[in-house]
Amino acid sequence: MASPAPQQPQGDVAKKITLTGYVGFDSITEQIEKKLLKRGFAFNVMVVGRTGMGKSTLVNTLFAAHLKESNAPRRADTFRQTVEIQSVSHVIEENGVRLKLTVTDTPGYGDQVNNDNCWDPIIKYIKEQYSAYLRKELTPAREKRIPDTRIHAVLFFIAPTGHALSPLDITVMKKISEVANVIPVIAKSDSLTLEERTAFKRRIKEEIDFHGIRCYPYMDVEDDVVLSDQDRTERQAMQTIRDMIPFAIVGSERNVVIDGKAVRGRRTRWGIIDVENETHCEFVHLRNFLTRTHLQDMIETTASVHYEAFRTKQLVALKESTSQMGSYRSGPETASMTASQISAA
Amino acid sequence: MPPSSKSADGLARTAMLATTIRRKNIKKGLAFSVMIVGSTGLGKSTFINTLCESPVFPKKDCGSPEKAALEKTVAITPVTVEMEEDGIKLSLTIVDTPGFGDNINNEGNFLDILHYIERQYDDILAEESRIKRNPKFYDNRVHALLYFIAPTGHSLRELDIEFMRRLGARANIIPVIAKADSMNPTELAAFKRRVMEDIAYYKIPIYNFPYDDEEDDDETIEENNELRALLPFSVVGSEDEVVLNGRRMRCRQYPWGLVEVDNSRHCDFSKLRYMLLSSHLQDLKEITHDFLYEQYRTEKLSKEGEDEDDELVDEDDRTEHRRQQELAGAEVAAQ
Repeated sequence: MASPAPQQPQGDVAKKITLTGYVGFDSITEQIEKKLLKRGFAFNVMVVGRTGMGKSTLVNTLFAAHLKESNAPRRADTFRQTVEIQSVSHVIEENGVRLKLTVTDTPGYGDQVNNDNCWDPIIKYIKEQYSAYLRKELTPAREKRIPDTRIHAVLFFIAPTGHALSPLDITVMKKISEVANVIPVIAKSDSLTLEERTAFKRRIKEEIDFHGIRCYPYMDVEDDVVLSDQDRTERQAMQTIRDMIPFAIVGSERNVVIDGKAVRGRRTRWGIIDVENETHCEFVHLRNFLTRTHLQDMIETTASVHYEAFRTKQLVALKESTSQMGSYRSGPETASMTASQISAA
Repeated sequence: MPPSSKSADGLARTAMLATTIRRKNIKKGLAFSVMIVGSTGLGKSTFINTLCESPVFPKKDCGSPEKAALEKTVAITPVTVEMEEDGIKLSLTIVDTPGFGDNINNEGNFLDILHYIERQYDDILAEESRIKRNPKFYDNRVHALLYFIAPTGHSLRELDIEFMRRLGARANIIPVIAKADSMNPTELAAFKRRVMEDIAYYKIPIYNFPYDDEEDDDETIEENNELRALLPFSVVGSEDEVVLNGRRMRCRQYPWGLVEVDNSRHCDFSKLRYMLLSSHLQDLKEITHDFLYEQYRTEKLSKEGEDEDDELVDEDDRTEHRRQQELAGAEVAAQ
């Protein structure tokens, strides 16, 4: 039996040892992959922004599919008095990987003359998903795989005024960032010149910092962890992304022909805007960030950070209320009691 | 009765009359007041600077984040600019309304603007009713109100409809699509159509280039029809100039192209400027005086008899009240 390493104050850290032959457990990644491929993935994204910001168009452009129709009201009698929550799900497949994509829209946000508390339905909805998940988790006879309806990413659309964030934007971004991953984007950024865009972004970042809005990705530095080279490059990449936020984007479902190739873009009288051209807008960066590099991380962060925070608060509150009641009941009653007591606070 | 202007005699007389009026205008100069309303960031100040071809309103400084976070009221800011063209002086008063639509709750915004417009009418009302009138009294009434609509591409917002509805009875509202370079021609045409449909549906009163079938000639009628078809005017503003092919142009420079402010294929700015400061300036003034002001006057004087007790009597109302008493006293004294 090997003697314990000299400086090991906490836990038992396993010793590293070199193998003398090939075992083959490195195939676990493939085993996991196979299982996951069978299971499929779920990604839930919510879009928040005033009417006419191009939310539906952007979602359709991001996933290269006509996933949703625009939710613009047709006439004033149809003017929504409160914010509605509308979800639509699709299963999209790429190279054998199945993704169940749910897009939640929030029509009516910011469209009224008096927008007080228009964010309440949004926060309530996000919390309700956590609440439903928690309830399912706590039931004694729970499902093998709890369907995940929690919102993994909230795309927050900022109007391209070129000035600063509106008071409504600030209030809502702050509230949502406390319960979910918020990714701010500058909508319809083709109405800003490059200088205006840079100045606008700088201003938005200042305001985000000033108001303490925590946007995704989070930079939680663990001071006592030694950074490996891989971690360092990851951190670098993270920082580049963080510097780009908010992403200045342009969306389009139509194709235009540039240099003989059909690309998604917008044709105007003074030029053609290529959505995938990095000098025109930052769509490519957002798409890669959302789908190619941080998809898994967003799902995980939602579960390990936001959901956990919600869960802790709920269970602590539950404990207090049960101890107040002064009686301890065991068995199935407890579970049903806890499940029913969990409300979307 | 045949139009007398068609005969040679009539033509000569009209020409003389026109010259006299012109000479008078040159001496007196024209006075015109335009109010610009719209949410923050729609390019209103830039538009004004483009219209006057000089930096009348400084580039917006949002201030520090602390200040910006406070809720604001509408800060009505009139600025007068003297312009001259062909020897005719134009004293253009532009009223900016920063802060409109900026808050989470914007219900108070209409009143701020409505009260300003009505105060100008009150001033004229008081002046007209004075026993000794001041011949040099400056007419500060708002002759045209440019309402900036955000280029959402869908339809009018509730705020737009509410505002235009309430203020359409007090001023000539001319709807304008701001930052029109965020839309391509197809989107712009569809948006314009939907906005006009909404305006018709909600019976929003706007200045729609009225003409008189009997009085006006065919050319005027056609011009008015053309301008009406352009409503709402799509606008792009810019203070930056670029020299291209030896020509100096005001434009916005994007990585994918150049948007020219004065190019009528890119936006309606030049048509709007011409209509506002030249061809329809007089018409807007006349409608303000003969119709809108008269309507206000009638409503105001009929209300005099009734009790005004419910609202808070603030400083303005008290002065108004005193003026009305003055008026009533003047009428009695005149009898």
